[in-house]
Parts: sequence; structure tokens; C-alpha cells
Amino acid sequence: MRVSAAERAVSYAVLLFAAVIALYPLVIILVTALRPDQVGAAGGLHPENFAEAWRRGNFGTYLRNSLIVSGCVVAVSTVLSCLTGYAFGCMRFRGSTVLFYLLLIGLMVPSEAIVVPLYYDLRSLGLTDTYLSLILPQVAQSLAFGTFWMRAYFRGSSREVVEAARLDGAGHFRILTSILLPMGRPAVLTMALLFFMWTWNEFLLPLVMITDESLRTAPLGLSNFQGQYTSGTALLAAAAVLVALPVVVVFLLTQRHFIRGMVEGAVK
Amino acid sequence: MSAGRGTATRGAPGEPRAVAYLYLAPALLVWALFMAWPLIRAVWLSFYEWDGLSVGTWVGLDNYVAVFTDPELREPFGHALVLLFFFSVLPILFGLVLASITARADVRGAGFFRTVIFLPQVVAMVVVAIAWRQIYEPSGPLNDGLRALGLDGLTHAWLGEQATALAAVGLVGTWVGTGLCMVLFLAGLSKVPRELYEAAALDGAGALRQLWHVGLPALRGEIAVAITLTVVAALRTFDLVYVMTTGGPGTATRVPAYEVWRWSLNEGRVGYGVTIALVLTALILLVTVVVNQVAERGER
Repeated sequence: MRVSAAERAVSYAVLLFAAVIALYPLVIILVTALRPDQVGAAGGLHPENFAEAWRRGNFGTYLRNSLIVSGCVVAVSTVLSCLTGYAFGCMRFRGSTVLFYLLLIGLMVPSEAIVVPLYYDLRSLGLTDTYLSLILPQVAQSLAFGTFWMRAYFRGSSREVVEAARLDGAGHFRILTSILLPMGRPAVLTMALLFFMWTWNEFLLPLVMITDESLRTAPLGLSNFQGQYTSGTALLAAAAVLVALPVVVVFLLTQRHFIRGMVEGAVK
Repeated sequence: MSAGRGTATRGAPGEPRAVAYLYLAPALLVWALFMAWPLIRAVWLSFYEWDGLSVGTWVGLDNYVAVFTDPELREPFGHALVLLFFFSVLPILFGLVLASITARADVRGAGFFRTVIFLPQVVAMVVVAIAWRQIYEPSGPLNDGLRALGLDGLTHAWLGEQATALAAVGLVGTWVGTGLCMVLFLAGLSKVPRELYEAAALDGAGALRQLWHVGLPALRGEIAVAITLTVVAALRTFDLVYVMTTGGPGTATRVPAYEVWRWSLNEGRVGYGVTIALVLTALILLVTVVVNQVAERGER
């Protein structure tokens, strides 16, 4: 649309201002991470802060834990969501509506409501302080969105192709794995990315379930590092960068999918 | 699940098929054990006074009465209302402004702005909290900036003072949420036919009138989604408070989700904590249903 040069200039100014504000806290933490940690140390850049935070804060362990938990959650939730989405999207069976809405409840129940009973139940089973206590509840919470998302994809999938495959003698499982899923790679990928981001950033669940320091996830380790390590801010900032980086990199590499995924998932 | 047996091969996907239950079984199992059962247990626990260790005592509805009458338990819900303004109202307003100027002026590099302004949304809240704590430090960039502008009188220990702490936490919510709202609204506006704007412009409507009469009606669905997502985010705020203020100074930033954690896992009053969680859940359900009802009714 054609607008006046003045309006155009104001538009750019406002957007630029918003972008600067959005970036400012992230830049601050990056800059702080490169500053000398001790007062009186030599100026200049100090990239060794990252190595120091990694070592002193045990972030190698925390990042590995986060990677294990996120990997398992993404894998299990993605497979299960494809299965449920296929059933709800392509098949008709008794109770489908009720079952669908039951699963969907998970979209609205906040983890705050279930985390406490889960903690006491898992504790009595000796399952707190295990990867399972982080993975399974997170899968349960991801399933609602995944089912919703994949059902929408399968509903929109091409009837003709499925019909043709069936005439060629393909069974329902074959149709899912050889035809619908390969065609739906973008939808599945977007969903997996969202699962990864949500799991990596989750804080309450590990805070409640994990006391063993060797099982802490990255955000939990960071929060603890902050509590313990109050003298210098540079190492804390370096640790924060380490924790944020994996998700930020994945986001920047895939931002088109990612943003569209957020939006389509939200609006459907 | 081979293709060759009986009912399995009869009919395409879409026809009645009991095999669907096989596809659902694993998910339903996880859902039942880790979503439904804990929720039932939560309701059960909310009728008890229990310290998490010994035998609990049945107290009926006492916990619920306490949440609604005890000022100490009610206060966090008041704070949640304040956060609604920062997490929901402000991001939606800012998001509308940013999205509509981007769409109207056919801004070059719209993808760049969209990505950058959305970025806060993907960073872990713990990281966000640490970054903003630094900004709010008494000798941090915010106060430095105010001093540089000669506004020394406006400097504060933002997170350390009762009067400013809650708003300071809230503003972080605005920072996080604005990008999400902008992106949602941009997606909505991209579906509005250009001619509608041109027509409005020909009729002499200015930028604001165009937004009001053309943009907003088209964004009804997106606004409903934005309200739902941001309100839920406001009500669920936990990590920010936990890392930035631990509810303080005093009780100034205690919010419901923080109280759930504090009572049930720190203070050993599990029934109390769980009841707060259930009231919170009920609020979230209520908001979701009401917002979507209103949005749908308006569409007809």
C-alpha cells in the first residue's frame, strides 16, 4: 500500500526502536559475558569466561541432561502425536470426539496443577531424581498440542493419494508411514521444533522433580548457579548464554517454520 | 499391523475402524498416568491438610474458603491481575501497532523485524530473568540511563522496592509477549485484501481509522488467541518471579504459581498449595472459554 514518505519514516523508526528494545537485554547479557569477571582484571574481551562457567558451573553435565531429556521428549511425543493425529484425522470410530476433547484438556491444564501430586506420587515410587520423571510428564503435556496439530494436518491431507495407495493394496500403517508422513514433513518438523523449545526451557518440572545435582537440566542449573555464585556477573552471564544458545540457534536457523508453526498452531 | 488381515484392509482411512484404538493406546496411557491421574489426585489432595509426610487430615472445603478469604492467599491473585495488564494488555496494544505499521507501509525487511522482535519468546525464562535483573540493578543500565538523562530523581532499586518490584517483573512480561502478539497479528493482517485499505483511504480514513475499521475486525480471531495465550502466561508466571525476586521484597511479587510451589513443596502445606493450583486452573479454563465464546459470537 502506498503511504507518505513521512509515515514510512515513522514506521521504520518505530520498528527499529522495537527491535533494539527486543535485542537489548540479550546483547547486555552477551556483552557482560565477555567482560572481565574480577574487578581490576585486564580489559578487553574475555571469551574464557565461557570455559570457566562451563567448568565451575558444571554446565557440561546440565546441557547433556537437557539434551537427553529434550531428545527423548521430542522423539516420543512426535511419534505418539503422529499416531493419535492419524487416528483422529483419518479414521472414524466410536468415542472419537470424547477422546479428542479429553486429550485436548492437556492444552489448558497448567503444569502447576499436576506437578505437586506427581511429585508426591513419583517420590513414593522412587522415581523422582530420574530422567523419567522429567520425560513422561512433559510428553503428557506435549501430546495435547501434538494431537491437535497432527489431526489438522491429516484432515487436510489428500484423499486421492490415500485412495490410490489403498487400491494398490497398502494397509493403514503403510499409508501412514510411506505416504502421509513423508508428505507431511514440514508439519512434523515444526511440531518437533516446538516440543524441543518447550522442553529445553521448562523450569518448574525439573525444579520440583530433581534434587540430585548431576541430573539438573540447563535452566535449573543456571538458576542454582545464580544462587551460589554471586560475586561476579560475567560468569553468570556466560552461563546464561550457554543455556540460551541452543534454542536461539535452532530458532534462527528455522525461524520461518518456527514462527509459522506458532501462529498456525495458535489460530487453528 | 500388517496389511493383509481381515478388517484392517477393508476400506480407506476415513471408514469406521476399530484399529484406531491401537493408534491411540500409547498416548492415552501416558495421558491417563501423567495428566488425568495427577489432576484427580490434586482434587483429592485439596480436601486435605497434609504436610507431605505424615497422614493427612480431611478438612473439607476449608482450603477453598481460605483461598478466597485469607488475605495472605488472596493477595497473589491481586498481583496476577496487575500482571495481566503487563503480560496481556500492553503486548496486545504494542503488537497491534507494530503489526499494522508493518503491514500498511509494506515495510522492507519485515521478516527481519518479525524474527528479532519475536526472539525474546524463545529464550528460556531463567535467562530472561537474569538479563533483566542486571538491567534493574541499582547501578544497572536502566538507572545509568536515567542519570544520563538528568532524571536522577527517577532512579530506583527497581526490584528491591515494594512500590516498583511487581511492575518491574510485569514489564519483562511485556517485553516477552509483544513479539508473539505482533507475529500473530501480522499473520492475520496478511489475509486482509489490500483493496479494503485502499477503499478506506479513498474515503478519507487516516491510519488509525483504517486500523479500527479494517484491521481490527479482520483480526478478531487472532486477538482472541493473543488474549488467551497472554492471559495464561500471566496467570502462570513462575520462573520470572522465582529467579528475579522470590516473591519479595516482602510479599510484593508473590503470584499464584509461585505460591503453589511455596506452600506445597517449601512450607509443607500441600493441600493449600494444590488448592491454589486448582483455582488457577479454573481461572485459566474460564478465560479460555469466555474469550473464545465472545470471539465466536462476534463472528456471526
